Amino acid sequence: MDYRVAIPSPLRSYCAGAAMVTIFCAGETPTLGDVLAALESAHPGIRFRMQDEQGRLRPHIKVFVDADVERNLAARVPRGAGIMIVAALSGG
Amino acid sequence: MVRTATKHPAAKRVDAPKRVRLLIATRKGLWTLSADGARRTWKLTGPQFLGHIVHHAMLDPRDGKTLLAAARTGHLGPTVFRSIDNGKTWKEATTPPAFEPGSGRVVDHTFWLTPGHASQPGVWFAGTSPQGLFRSDDGGANWKGVAGFNAHPQRKAWCGGDQDGTPDGPKLHSILVDPRDAAHMYISMSSGGTFESNDGGADWHPLNQGVRADFQPNPDLEFGHDPHCVRFAAGNPDRLYQQNHCGLFRLDRPQTRWQDIGGGMPKSVGYVGFPMVPHPHDANTAWIFPMDGTDVWPRISPGGKPAAYRTRDGGKTWKRQAEGMPKAQAWWTVKRQAMTVDLFPAAGVYFGTTSGEVWGSRDEGRSWKCLAAHLPHIYAVESV
Repeated sequence: MDYRVAIPSPLRSYCAGAAMVTIFCAGETPTLGDVLAALESAHPGIRFRMQDEQGRLRPHIKVFVDADVERNLAARVPRGAGIMIVAALSGG
Repeated sequence: MVRTATKHPAAKRVDAPKRVRLLIATRKGLWTLSADGARRTWKLTGPQFLGHIVHHAMLDPRDGKTLLAAARTGHLGPTVFRSIDNGKTWKEATTPPAFEPGSGRVVDHTFWLTPGHASQPGVWFAGTSPQGLFRSDDGGANWKGVAGFNAHPQRKAWCGGDQDGTPDGPKLHSILVDPRDAAHMYISMSSGGTFESNDGGADWHPLNQGVRADFQPNPDLEFGHDPHCVRFAAGNPDRLYQQNHCGLFRLDRPQTRWQDIGGGMPKSVGYVGFPMVPHPHDANTAWIFPMDGTDVWPRISPGGKPAAYRTRDGGKTWKRQAEGMPKAQAWWTVKRQAMTVDLFPAAGVYFGTTSGEVWGSRDEGRSWKCLAAHLPHIYAVESV
């Protein structure tokens, strides 16, 4: 299944400058963690800037699935959902 | 263990180099200052990694062309960039320093970079915040935790929790590899103290006797101290100089008890600071840059009057060196990696300030000149 993922400017160096990428993720309803793993496969190095070594999203990174913020990486991502990664505005 | 004395690599180069280059790591990127052998005219280039917090940048002296830079941004996780063409192009590490999954620990930033022993090309060590020790065997492309330290059963006792330590986070720094023996290493931690390994990092033991820790209920501790910067003396890796939270110390191995060398500092200035910079060719000479460690620890030049202090006698006496620096109302200071020397016979001494100025002396600190201004907060200055 293909997902369109909006990439914030601090992470675009991993995607050849693209603001939007389309990634393929196997399975009917993959988890958000699966989607981010697929993003890492397509764009190596991007995940560790977003997720720490214990698998948690870093404090200033938010991931929207459609209109809702999702921090649970085990949450299922519906078919066709839009994903937006945001480097949060945190303090000016 | 007694090791045969030998010349430190730096001591071998007594001819004046043809040029000098300073790597300036800042809160907003990496700059370079370059000069020819006269060291009178300096050219500033950069920035590289604009917007990245660069804690340290180092050249590999074994090949003269590999550079590593420890970086992160406000939003993104920590990483290491590497260049194999002296900084023309950079590539990110494939596997940056990170704790083991399941350990529960998270690297906030890589703070310190040290090239490995001359006999081990490609080996580098990194110290992180919170305290972690990492090693690369491929020139900085892939990093792995040094289990002998990171998983040591005493590590938590030595370091405290990951939330303890300095205001910018607890740090592992001052990674020293004995030039005579690749397996003999020292590390220091703020906080935690100084530790030694005789087996390449497989095991560690504390080395803090004689060092004060007057911020602790029991000041006579085996570990838990706050060394700010520890360096080898030039040409004599059996001599260590230490700038500590609680004073200035020197250790001459095989002794295990540090000697207090802060008594010669004026009481009005004190003995608190971050950097400790030995002379490149003289084991009895070193520089420090005191800061105000009174009251709530303002961490600025005492009285707004910045000055370096130099010893010529192994720390017995210290001489103020401030000619050319502002005489008043200068409220900056110098962080632990932000002061360095070049390899000229008459050593050049350089420091970067928290207010973004780079100062240099081409006469061993007798007079100073501002070489660059208006840079971001400077974290590290390395002469290469």
